Amino acid sequence: MVPVLYVVFYVAAVVFLIACVARYLMYARTPVHLRWELYPVPHEPPDKAEHGGSYFEEVDWWEKEHKSNMAGEAVAMLTEILFLKALYEHNRTLWYSSFPFHFGLYLLIGAGGLLILGALVSLVSEAALAGGFGVALHWGYTALGAVGLALSLLGALGLLVKRTTDRTLRQYSNFGDYFNLLFFIVTFGVLGAAHLVGGEGYYGPLAAMIGIVTFNTAMPMTPLFTAGLVLLAALVAYIPLTHMSHFIGKYFTYHSIRWGDEANQQGSKIDQRVQEALAYKPTWAAAHMKTDGTRTWVDAALINPTDEEG
Amino acid sequence: MGKSNQNIKLEDMSREDDKPLTTLKVEELMDLPGPFEEKGITPLSDEVREKYEAALDDTVAISIPKPETPEEEKALVEKFLSGLEKLFQKENNWTFLQPLLLSMEHCAKCQTCNDACHIYEATGENDLYRPTYRSEIMRRLYFKYVKKGGLLSQWQRGDVDINWKTVARLAELSYRCNLCRRCAQTCPIGVDNGLIAHELRKLFSQEMGISAKEIHDNGSMLQLKVGSSTGMNAEVVKDNIEFIDEDTEDMTGIKVETPWDKEGADVLLIHNAGEIMAWPENPGAFALILQEAGVSWTLSSEAAAYDGINYGLWYDDLQLARVAIKHAQAAKKLGVKKIVIGECGHANKALTVIADRVLAGDLNVRRENAMTLLEDIVMSDRLKLDPSRNDFPVTLHDPCNLVRLMGVVEPQRKILRKIAPKFREMYPHGVDNYCCGGGSGFAIMSGHNFEEWRHHVPGRKKMEQILNAFEDCRGAETNKYVCAPCSNCKGQIRDILSYYDLFEKEKILYGGLVELIVNAMVDAKPDFLKWEWH
Repeated sequence: MVPVLYVVFYVAAVVFLIACVARYLMYARTPVHLRWELYPVPHEPPDKAEHGGSYFEEVDWWEKEHKSNMAGEAVAMLTEILFLKALYEHNRTLWYSSFPFHFGLYLLIGAGGLLILGALVSLVSEAALAGGFGVALHWGYTALGAVGLALSLLGALGLLVKRTTDRTLRQYSNFGDYFNLLFFIVTFGVLGAAHLVGGEGYYGPLAAMIGIVTFNTAMPMTPLFTAGLVLLAALVAYIPLTHMSHFIGKYFTYHSIRWGDEANQQGSKIDQRVQEALAYKPTWAAAHMKTDGTRTWVDAALINPTDEEG
Repeated sequence: MGKSNQNIKLEDMSREDDKPLTTLKVEELMDLPGPFEEKGITPLSDEVREKYEAALDDTVAISIPKPETPEEEKALVEKFLSGLEKLFQKENNWTFLQPLLLSMEHCAKCQTCNDACHIYEATGENDLYRPTYRSEIMRRLYFKYVKKGGLLSQWQRGDVDINWKTVARLAELSYRCNLCRRCAQTCPIGVDNGLIAHELRKLFSQEMGISAKEIHDNGSMLQLKVGSSTGMNAEVVKDNIEFIDEDTEDMTGIKVETPWDKEGADVLLIHNAGEIMAWPENPGAFALILQEAGVSWTLSSEAAAYDGINYGLWYDDLQLARVAIKHAQAAKKLGVKKIVIGECGHANKALTVIADRVLAGDLNVRRENAMTLLEDIVMSDRLKLDPSRNDFPVTLHDPCNLVRLMGVVEPQRKILRKIAPKFREMYPHGVDNYCCGGGSGFAIMSGHNFEEWRHHVPGRKKMEQILNAFEDCRGAETNKYVCAPCSNCKGQIRDILSYYDLFEKEKILYGGLVELIVNAMVDAKPDFLKWEWH
């Protein structure tokens, strides 16, 4: 059973990585798109960002130095990522569930990071885990894991209740939406229960992580904990296959679209990418398009579709 | 008991009958700071319902003729699906492929965006007008027909049946959104319902040749054919400007001469030609300001270059590119230093922002909006201005295209703070503004009863904002001015003020920014602004 569990974990990790990379590439490999920014854009200087202004507010803006306010962008990113600022501002009742759910996940990821660190340290020196480092590590992952698990579990339950009881949310929800939340709830519930119940053969999450990292098939596992770990592996593999991979999508929706205000300059990289896109041969069928698949986009754009009219 | 407008389900889009999915009742619309007697939207005639697809709601925006046979319906559905696929191919839709993919893949269905939509709010939160309604239909079609998802996908993403009625309703529904993107601003993930409506319009235009007559046949096509969507050719526009120069001289006592085709000028000014026809005082005021400020400027008589409109922005990428290229070519031909676009929000965004990645190589001429140039002129005291001439309440309507979509927020305010002592904001404003209700072509669309729908629904929030901005001076005793530095917004504001008779009842006039500047010019005769309805 234990070797199978380890294989499931490794496979899940590989699926997660491949699916994330594939999704990233699906967006990254699209051609340059037309500008579609939305203001405020936080990397504008503070005197502009505060009212949502842009460099277009300057006469002869192309002659002025356009300094990006990276601190402003970092603050906007962090407040959005950590605290879900947009949801807080525009949908407070949902935020009360969504924030603990997401923040709990961050804490759990932190706990997972500490467990991996512990497992790697154990490869070098098992004695190191017996000292002060080991104690600190234990309290670190225990605190992050416990608080994270509790927050995420409560948040997911809250989201499920909201999705079930709110008329509009219910109308727009599919079986998959409920399943996703239930998946989190069951997984975290089983893991939490396994940890609380303990029992013979339960040596805690660090022992399990060491077992996974070292592929130690002799590592004992309780059935409940094994079930929790299988669910966790399946969840990890499942997330990037769904809309819940928005941690990848948001990078593009914010940086490439909402905040993508880079002006096209003759001879620039953008200009080069635009030239490439203009060489595509579209096949739109409406008569005024004049795009039969033999003509490039730019050639079609240079046609006056009214010239042939009587 | 719930409202009658809150029972519209996603699957209703595929209903095969001709009965509209909703009918708006005046008593269910958002309250206005009245009192107003509202007649409601005149029902479509039986003849119209017989002839055109009208199974969505109370109105018809694009007048799609009803197919005559099931075979014809089937062919149209197939064409739609072919267009849907093309929206997700880089060769066909490189322009918006990435944003569209992201908006398809990552919606969490949290419904956060709904409350940001003025149309949804105005209808008393009618299910049909949720920004998420059309997006969710589109998303389900994407997963089913583009990604070819099977049962597992339907279980995860939801399903939708497609028939001709679904397609026809979707076409109409893409014209129930102003594309103001206020909803997108609130989305925690960055999903953009405005973009989805825009892409749907493109699919219908670019693949099926279906679009609003006012923005295609009488809009971008007429502009490409004659030079302007107003129908004016170069000779007519020159004549009109000559008259405007004379009128401006009469009104201000200052001789004005608009330069044409001046090679090497610093500025090629491009107006929305609708100004020349409907609000001639606007180009007249521009001419006077630029002349008195000593700006080297010109208009161009090249076809399409004397009309800044670019309706392709709302429904068709190639039409957008064709007009933008003509604007850039005219500037290149004259060898001007830059193009300045007049008081027209969509023209500014189309040429400055959107066309930035269409105008490649040496066609990428410098372009800027008129607000900054005017700010530079006013704040540097190149004109002698007396703010006491504008001693009446003034509020500012922010065109979405200038603020939320370009970040041009402060220049117009700096000017108003300097020249209009009773300037007050409407709330919310700036990048959080509400659309006037005329955005994305609505202001020029008036077929059947669409104009009435426009007054009652998309224009409702703006009217509330305007009335609230003048809360302290309601009534006909005080002249009040809504400054709307955008032709389409002005058209829409004119229409809602007129529909609710607010000039007579409240003495609320509307106009541009340059008119206020000229009204304050010491060297000009006073009272450039006429408190007469126009």
